[in-house]
Amino acid sequence: MSTKQSAILETTDLCKRFGGVLATDHVNLNVLKGEVHALIGPNGAGKTTLISQLSGLLKPDSGQIKFKGKNLTGKPAHKFARAGLARSFQITSLFADMTLLQNVALAIQANAGHSFSFWRDATTDDRLLEPAYHYLQTTGLAGNADRLASAVSHGERRQLEVAMALATEPSLLLLDEPMAGMGTDESNLMVEILQKLSGEKTILLIEHDMDAVFTLADRISVLVYGRIIATGNKEQIQSNPDVKAAYLGEASNGEASNA
Amino acid sequence: MEASLLLIQLLNGLQLGILLFLLSAGLTLTFGIMDFVNLAHGSLYMLGAFICASLTQLTGSFALAALLAVPLTALCGLLIEMVVIRQLYSRNHLDHVLATFGLILCLDTIAEIVWSPAGIAIALPDILNGQLEVLPGVVVPVFRLLIIAVGLLAAAGLYLLVNHTKLGMLIRAGASNRTMVGALGVDIKTLFSGVFAIGAALAGLAGLLVAPIAEASIGMGNEIIITAFVVIIIGGIGSMKGAFIAALLIGLIDTLGRSYLDDIFKLIMSNEAAETAAPAISAMLIYLMMAVILAIRPQGLFPASSR
Amino acid sequence: MSETKLKNNSKPRPLSFWINAILLLLLAVVPPILFITGQPFWLDVFTRLVILALAATALNLVLGYGGLVSFGHAAYLGLGAYAVGIPTYHALYGGMDAIASFNGFLHLGLAVLVSALFALLTGAISLRTRGVNFIMITMAFGQMIFYAIVALENYGGDDGLTIDVRSEFPLISLDNPLTLYGLCYLSLLMALFIVYKITRSRFGLTLQGARSNEERMRSLGVNCYRYQLVAIVISGAICGYAGFLLGNFSTFISPEMMDWTRSGELMFMVILGGAAFLCGPIFGAAAFILLEEVLRDVTIHWHLPFGLLLILSVLFFRGGLSGALDRLRSQGDKP
Repeated sequence: MSTKQSAILETTDLCKRFGGVLATDHVNLNVLKGEVHALIGPNGAGKTTLISQLSGLLKPDSGQIKFKGKNLTGKPAHKFARAGLARSFQITSLFADMTLLQNVALAIQANAGHSFSFWRDATTDDRLLEPAYHYLQTTGLAGNADRLASAVSHGERRQLEVAMALATEPSLLLLDEPMAGMGTDESNLMVEILQKLSGEKTILLIEHDMDAVFTLADRISVLVYGRIIATGNKEQIQSNPDVKAAYLGEASNGEASNA
Repeated sequence: MEASLLLIQLLNGLQLGILLFLLSAGLTLTFGIMDFVNLAHGSLYMLGAFICASLTQLTGSFALAALLAVPLTALCGLLIEMVVIRQLYSRNHLDHVLATFGLILCLDTIAEIVWSPAGIAIALPDILNGQLEVLPGVVVPVFRLLIIAVGLLAAAGLYLLVNHTKLGMLIRAGASNRTMVGALGVDIKTLFSGVFAIGAALAGLAGLLVAPIAEASIGMGNEIIITAFVVIIIGGIGSMKGAFIAALLIGLIDTLGRSYLDDIFKLIMSNEAAETAAPAISAMLIYLMMAVILAIRPQGLFPASSR
Repeated sequence: MSETKLKNNSKPRPLSFWINAILLLLLAVVPPILFITGQPFWLDVFTRLVILALAATALNLVLGYGGLVSFGHAAYLGLGAYAVGIPTYHALYGGMDAIASFNGFLHLGLAVLVSALFALLTGAISLRTRGVNFIMITMAFGQMIFYAIVALENYGGDDGLTIDVRSEFPLISLDNPLTLYGLCYLSLLMALFIVYKITRSRFGLTLQGARSNEERMRSLGVNCYRYQLVAIVISGAICGYAGFLLGNFSTFISPEMMDWTRSGELMFMVILGGAAFLCGPIFGAAAFILLEEVLRDVTIHWHLPFGLLLILSVLFFRGGLSGALDRLRSQGDKP
């Protein structure tokens, strides 16, 4: 594994056990500054468990998570976010009863420091609204700013997830299956959006859609049964025998999600 | 502080704890299985007391009345479940709380119409009315011992229910999960009604046990229900074992606090100050205890699995 | 819970704005007219209504906008009322020189401070839990104050305490029912304005974000606990102030006014009006109190139909009045 470039996120021997199952098994993962790093793996490989630990929602049993050189192991989720690690959710997690603009504004506000301001009207505050519009634009949602999050389509909600993650101006964007459940058009739009971002943001992408992964990722790590069995660029991964073996039973599955 | 007096107070505390357990057991069942918060549980306790009191006057026999009152209260519970509660399972906890709050107003007023606002006191039969010298110099009313015995019996029954039945499995799993209940091959409607009726029966049992000591009165359930809530918060909501232990703990602490706190305070402050402070502090004692326990363990002493 | 109205700029004023405006105007005009035309009874009813609406507005901040089901708000009413009663008692009968006084500013300050402090302490513990636990714990803490006052026999305990002299202020006298009503009404307007400003501020948005999706808020890096605690303290302080007014209005105070069932009534006022609807609590309080007056006239067992109506409202009147308004103009943006 190459750590010549500076790693922004680095885990050492990360372990998480549920009952008798090691859902995360001594995971050593490096995400380098500026890259798009994809984490793939068959269903049940422990991707969700891993990402929950990487965003502080779940505490690892042992091992270490270092982010920008700081040890964040065992810290609560909001400390991870504060440190500059933003995530989107696989199961869309929004403020359903607020408008898209307000959703993004909340994220900006959260990033701007404390919100103990009781008097100034935040709903007309351009310091919130202008950047909020900007991120909606970046993610192709500018036309839907005033609609309720509960009223827009699935694909648009996923785009909103990304907009909100971006709004916290993270050093690392953690995207949990941004294409899940999307139709082809929606997927393509999302790939386009992410491609535009790939130059300027460090992204850790968890995704089933292999086309998307191979289009977007600089490097790929493969997670099987809680272990990382390979890390490398597209060609290295495609020719890796272990990966082939692991995906043999799943190959049809991987194809199916492209359909 | 005499040892025999202390022993009597301990028994009193135990008795209160047992009553609290009977109430909180019903709350635990309905919460554990249906995920339902029932504020009107105290009204069932009141109904049990009134039904037993009326039947005692009617039949002249407390024992017979008590035997009848339990199934009758369960029947009331069943009726309430079918008419109101059932509509609420799919709602959130706020709706549960609000609707059962309305239910309390209704049930209290119905009791007022049926039994008059004055309340009914009943006398115990001679056998139960006596005193028993359990230890040399320690005389306790027979009925109090009976309450403790009945309560422990009910606790044993619930222990079997929780640890050796399918229903118990659900409670232990902290499963307020319909699909899981359905997976067990039980008709959910019937199951929920049955569980609610059992809870009502337990509340009725507690009510009828209190009737001869304290008389049946309107609103009697509304005071004790909060204490029962404190019990299940401390015990860990949804946990039967937690409810049992916390009930006894609260019963003892409340009783002993009220009897001895002023003596303890007098050791550290003037008599006058102690006499003002002690009643107020002892009235707050169980709540303060709750606060301390929650500050350390927000989920209570025996949390019923992560929820 | 009902939808939020955070951003209505650049649109014509919504229906709810006009309804609120008319309601507030009516409350300003009708009760004084009733009083002047020789119906002082109705001024009393409206004074109580406005005070309870004020308390419910305070609760709305936590329950409606914060999504925190606090079942102990009657305790603040009680604390506020006893902050009038106890100093007045000592001013008349001696003892406790530090607080013995008829001074209204002292009463008011005491009411707000004690309530805020109680909110801070109990909120800090209650907020460590969520859901049912939170409901029951706030309920238990409320009841703790109830029992504490019952046990304070110096101040009448269970029997309550008569406030022989109302809080004294320069220039105005609360003994004049119209003045008292005016003070209560202005206080309500003030509280509405405060809650309005807060809910549109960054603080308010954070609070509502936490209600909507607390986990998401955390993953954005927000520690919701602190915001919710501050909201509880503000709410407690306003509610304590309502208690100060209630003490001066009723001049007889007892633990009964902080019984947990009173807390339940306050919650109903908020929910009937529609949670997170600015003037909802006023509608709720009005519905509650006027219904109470009407039913009380019909039967002494008025709690029975009243309870039934409450149950029915939970079952069939979801979202309260604001929910009904939403449905009225439901062509909008809802799924």
